[in-house]
Amino acid sequence: MRLDEITRPDFPILERIVNGRPLVYLDSAASSQKPRTVLEAMTRYYERSHSNVHRSIHTLGEEATELYEIARDRVQRFIGAPAREEVILTRGTTDGLNLVADAIAQTLRPGDEILITEMEHHSNVIPWQMAARRTGATVKAIPVTGDGFLDLAAYERLLGERTRVVAFTHVSNVLGTITPVADICRRARSVGAFTVVDGAQAVPHMAVDMAELGCDFYVFSSHKILGPTGIGVLWGRRAVLERLEPTRGGGEMIKEVWIDRAQWNDLPWRFEPGTPPIAEAIGLTAAIEYLEKLSMERIQEHGRELTALCVEALSAVVGVTVYGPRQPEQRGAVVAFSVEGLHPHDVAALLDAEGIAVRAGHHCAQPLMRCLGVTGTSRASFSVFNSPEDVDRLATAVAGLSSAL
Amino acid sequence: MSVTAPPALYSDVIRDRWRHPRRRGDLAGATAVAEDVNPLCGDRVRMMLQVRDDRISAARFLGDSCAICTASADVVAELVEGRRAAEAAALDVSDVLDVLQSDVRPTRMRCVTLPLTVLGAALGVKA
Repeated sequence: MRLDEITRPDFPILERIVNGRPLVYLDSAASSQKPRTVLEAMTRYYERSHSNVHRSIHTLGEEATELYEIARDRVQRFIGAPAREEVILTRGTTDGLNLVADAIAQTLRPGDEILITEMEHHSNVIPWQMAARRTGATVKAIPVTGDGFLDLAAYERLLGERTRVVAFTHVSNVLGTITPVADICRRARSVGAFTVVDGAQAVPHMAVDMAELGCDFYVFSSHKILGPTGIGVLWGRRAVLERLEPTRGGGEMIKEVWIDRAQWNDLPWRFEPGTPPIAEAIGLTAAIEYLEKLSMERIQEHGRELTALCVEALSAVVGVTVYGPRQPEQRGAVVAFSVEGLHPHDVAALLDAEGIAVRAGHHCAQPLMRCLGVTGTSRASFSVFNSPEDVDRLATAVAGLSSAL
Repeated sequence: MSVTAPPALYSDVIRDRWRHPRRRGDLAGATAVAEDVNPLCGDRVRMMLQVRDDRISAARFLGDSCAICTASADVVAELVEGRRAAEAAALDVSDVLDVLQSDVRPTRMRCVTLPLTVLGAALGVKA
């Protein structure tokens, strides 16, 4: 049985009719849909166990705390993190990247360099620009080659003793390019730079292992891996986390407080002030259990098949340009494309009229759009529930677009 | 592969003005120029006006924009020609929608209003 045949009944939203047609949801790279087990876990928690965590000495408080902390254990195992103390639960990828940038900014000095890439999502650009502005550091970018890869020769030239941070994506949210994380981190380490990896588009589609990748920080969101919105993960190497000062204060992140000073709590709570997203953590646990049951290897294979099919089908349509690496094994499950003579928003609107949901616009990656010489693109992205028939409906609809406007 | 024509999503006016805009192009001797982008999609519209004795004698636009935004810019440029600056600045989104003969969904309303915002900026009106 194909993966989508197994999973489709688990996603209630796929029963929707949109504009008279059964929904074809090809926007999981923006936010994936949720299986019933995730929705049920969150409802069950609110109906039976809801309470605040960590300081409530009553039965519900104990249940909520246990369920919340189980999420950390599940994440630890899921991403191959050496220790649970290294798993910090955030509000999402953007929140995690801001947290890291703020914490690292406290160690930056004028003249220091932050190295990002031209294919970053704005959430891995702006926090570094802000950190640079506060500290006098400068932001530089590794260029992207014509065929959609990072220019590693240029990386070598840009890397120097002033480089304090190398922050880059694991999988491009537009090109789909999988970057050589371990190699990039190894080189960065040789000059003593922190490495920060945006894993938002990788974790939904492939097994990741913190011990293998060799980065200092890895960040991703729950809502792109079938979990709820409002929660994400920041994994940080313990030795590095211990060196960094927290930048956000409040309850939970302290051990003892006086009027003029405080002692920070242990990891990971030091970086988790305030009441955390508890129901969302429980939803995240359910999402990870769902993915593990299917197996990430099988999910990656499914994504590759659909991506290859989509690249082939769209490339065959006259007037369509497909972006990113040609080889499916070198990319994640996103396919950005443009249709000659049509604006990406019009493409998305016309496809929506047929019940097909794709993303259109700059995908929060305007520097990359400038490299590609476009204002925006349309983007189809896949999840476990997408089928070859979905790709077929997309390709058929795209083929009919040139006469539509 | 069978090709099905999608239903008409945009009005005939939008489709026609997207394909054949009347006021698209550069305006040599423009006396008031402004440009802005739609942060949602990155669309860019530049509005160029020739204002003589407080009256707009010519208006043109350039842009990289979707069908709705292009049609709106075309209508805005057409509507303001011959008007006094103050009249032009008072142009409302409903005036543009009337000409476009189209309902526009809330998610696309910025596509209609961007050219009006740029017009206001060109005329020195605070948005």
